[in-house]
Amino acid sequence: MNALANLSSHIARSPGDPKIVRSGPSSLSGADRLARALGWFSIGLGIVEVIAPGAITRTLGLQGKESLVRAYGVREIASAIPTLSFDKQVGLVSRVAGDLLDVATLAPALRPENPKRDNAAIAMALIAGITLLDIAAVTAVSATHSAGKGRRRDYSDRSGFPKGKEASRGLARESFQTPRDMRADLAPRPRLEAIEG
Amino acid sequence: MRALVWHGKEDIRCDTVSDPEIEDARDAIIKVTSCAICGSDLHLFHNLVPAMLPGDIMGHESMGEVVEVGSGARHTLKKGDRVVIPFTITCGECEQCRRQNFSVCERSNRKKFLADKVFGHATAGLFGYSHLTGGYPGGQAEYLRVPFADSTHVKVPDGIPDDKLLFLSDILPTGWQAAVQCDIQPRDTVAIWGCGPVGQMAIRSAILLGAEQVVAIDCLPERLSMAEAAGATTIDFLNESVIERLNEITGGKGPEKCIDAIGTESHVTLSQPDTVLDRAKQMMLLENDRPHALREMIYVCRPAGVISIVGVYTGLVDKLPMGMAMNKGLTFRMAQTHVARWTDDLLRLIEDDEIDPSFVITHKADLADGPEMYRTFRDKQDSCIKVVLNP
Repeated sequence: MNALANLSSHIARSPGDPKIVRSGPSSLSGADRLARALGWFSIGLGIVEVIAPGAITRTLGLQGKESLVRAYGVREIASAIPTLSFDKQVGLVSRVAGDLLDVATLAPALRPENPKRDNAAIAMALIAGITLLDIAAVTAVSATHSAGKGRRRDYSDRSGFPKGKEASRGLARESFQTPRDMRADLAPRPRLEAIEG
Repeated sequence: MRALVWHGKEDIRCDTVSDPEIEDARDAIIKVTSCAICGSDLHLFHNLVPAMLPGDIMGHESMGEVVEVGSGARHTLKKGDRVVIPFTITCGECEQCRRQNFSVCERSNRKKFLADKVFGHATAGLFGYSHLTGGYPGGQAEYLRVPFADSTHVKVPDGIPDDKLLFLSDILPTGWQAAVQCDIQPRDTVAIWGCGPVGQMAIRSAILLGAEQVVAIDCLPERLSMAEAAGATTIDFLNESVIERLNEITGGKGPEKCIDAIGTESHVTLSQPDTVLDRAKQMMLLENDRPHALREMIYVCRPAGVISIVGVYTGLVDKLPMGMAMNKGLTFRMAQTHVARWTDDLLRLIEDDEIDPSFVITHKADLADGPEMYRTFRDKQDSCIKVVLNP
């Protein structure tokens, strides 16, 4: 415990460092925030599906599909990981695919003979809403972070050599020597050159 | 003052914060006139570097004017001096500083206890680069407190614009050290993975140091065009095989010298399946870094060649072919840059018009636009290669 307390005190900011007086706008866009919310929703739903699949199947009239619900829980958590990362598109696309699987799995529960049909209908409406949010998030995140945004430019006029690139080759060799501790090329060059003529 | 503050993953804000104050006799305060966003700032933006705290001020490439000097720094600095601030904080007195191994200064990391636990031994304090390297507030701000200011500065003359001098703080000496570590000989082919700002500086450095041939590897047309502008042969790894092209260029022998200017975030593409696996493991915290470029250079480097690593790695890497490296007798050289070791030579190159580092600047903006510029730079939008911010 002492070691932990010691470690955390070393991560803390030093007292003299500047402190925030007023916070400005974030680099996170609305699309990023939506993706993040969906990622955390995935984690929550996934945990419930893994821990209590029986409660879900009973509520929806899908008894006997507990293993499938648990597997879907694992899928939810797996798609949350990239959704919460900076590769959100991958996670969000996998969420949309998961939504379609959920719809296909829930559809039989809407049959008239299911006594929990009303619950299943509510669940279906929720999934439809989440699917729309997922699609909106994929679209917005892709648009916000597309590398194609803005002008494509050519920098072939930027050599960085005011004296020209040919005149610059080896220019620094005249005045600079590799320090002894960074010499790496210790091969006996004169002998090599003699061999190669 | 205004400063770019880290609030969490992908969440940078231009906040109003309290002004920095002199805390130690060796401190100085500078009024920042120019600062830049570095590629390694994106590792913080992505929360890949441990020990960041919400409220930490970003930035380790900055320059400005001295406005306040502690009593212990007055022998080398005075109000009004124009200075570039190296990203590595150096005491100038410890054994490593005396050996000019400035990036492993033994005294400047004020979170030494934490760094000792994580790295085995603490390395130098860095500006705006997590509490592992001291948790010092960074220079993407209007003012910056410089600890050990008497030795942590490069005095620069008036009459040369900020844009030519700013990169003495990091990317120019980093690219230079990448090339110096290769000990370039006139017959060498130097292959450089990554044509971001550090890669571009490494290309120019390798040419200035006399490499016969420089090969630049990337997938973004604008970056490749900038590499070609300096005289590099280019390889677009999305459209051609890096291994085949390098072997073709070198008569099947492979490049003598390979430079890793990418580090932890190799490009992820389905055509290189190991990059997808690395990304998946990184997301699940099973691996810290994505070392595809490093694997590739170990494979293609000429036996008895040199691999120079200046791209930032953060922790553990998987599936590194050490057997291949050992049997080929490769030499590995790597470090955070010993900035102060090179700045005299590099300042002279700038003054003599042998290099103009401002070629790399593609975007300039006000500090308030910093959060948006982080996104633009990360997403490679608008052909962005280097952003300079003016507070």
